[in-house]
Amino acid sequence: MGTVNFLWNLTKNYFTFGLIGLTLSDRYASIVPVGGISMSPTFNPHDDSSVRSLTRDFVVVEKLCLEKYKFSLGDVVVFSSPTNHKEKNIKRITALPGDLVSTPHYDAVVIPEGHCWVEGDNQAWSLDSRSFGPIPLGLVRGRVTHVVWPPHRFGKVERMTPKSIASF
Amino acid sequence: MGVGNLKQLTPFVKEAFQQTLFVAKFLCGIHVTNSYICTFALTQGPSMLPTFNLTGDLVLAERLSTRFQKMQRGDVVLMRSPENPRKIVIKRLTGMGGDTVKYVAAHGNNDKQDTIVVPDGHVWIEGDNKFNTNDSRKFGPVPYGLVQGRVFWTVWPPEDFGSVGREVQ
Repeated sequence: MGTVNFLWNLTKNYFTFGLIGLTLSDRYASIVPVGGISMSPTFNPHDDSSVRSLTRDFVVVEKLCLEKYKFSLGDVVVFSSPTNHKEKNIKRITALPGDLVSTPHYDAVVIPEGHCWVEGDNQAWSLDSRSFGPIPLGLVRGRVTHVVWPPHRFGKVERMTPKSIASF
Repeated sequence: MGVGNLKQLTPFVKEAFQQTLFVAKFLCGIHVTNSYICTFALTQGPSMLPTFNLTGDLVLAERLSTRFQKMQRGDVVLMRSPENPRKIVIKRLTGMGGDTVKYVAAHGNNDKQDTIVVPDGHVWIEGDNKFNTNDSRKFGPVPYGLVQGRVFWTVWPPEDFGSVGREVQ
């Protein structure tokens, strides 16, 4: 009887913990690993495939911005890929509705209402709006604020405008 | 004396903590049910006539088929508007990724048909009221990631109480 009681309490605690954790990560913030080098040097600056899995950056993604969907130029955001919704991508917003973007593939695009233009910091190695065009803001799942792991790279993720990206 | 008072207070603090935890758990439960299982939605506007009334119906939408990709052509879906992320719209899903969709771009003016292949990972949505709706015929195919749920039950008004089908009635 004691074991059953113990197991029941354990299950209950796990359930409560999961419920509260899920709510917090949905509404406020969560911590996710960053894969790939499309945002290098902001995330995963070392391109070394042997240690890549060990040196993956972990970042804080805040969800409060989803209340209003207000974003600024240069924000780093997490969004579901427009071609495969199960996949989450991390890129930087480089243009907002009404802005004019010129690209190699499209001539010049005016970002339509409710959309944004996302690009990786590592322009040479990034699948982004330059190939799939502007994405609806509704696909955005959160804004990246801090890098928390590895510890020596702990710090705030700066908001960068396209000009400062170009000067790398 | 002070310590004695504190000792007297302890049960109250414990009680208050437990009550707060209970309320927090309750709210978290609501949030999880709402965003992972099923939610209420209020329809608005003429775009889904005659399935939903002009004055607004209260409908139930479930999130499971969206999550597990069990959506089918004809489902009525909740979707974040591609034009305004703060707005949720209700439309009918008429084409999945890879489908060829035939549509009349401007109903009423002429009946010239256009054909489009919906790209992978996208869906084609249309309002039931072809003459007064803002849908894929205007803004094109939309990414599946914008779909928020499947409307399956009308709760209010009472005379329409019942399931929402895959066919336009």
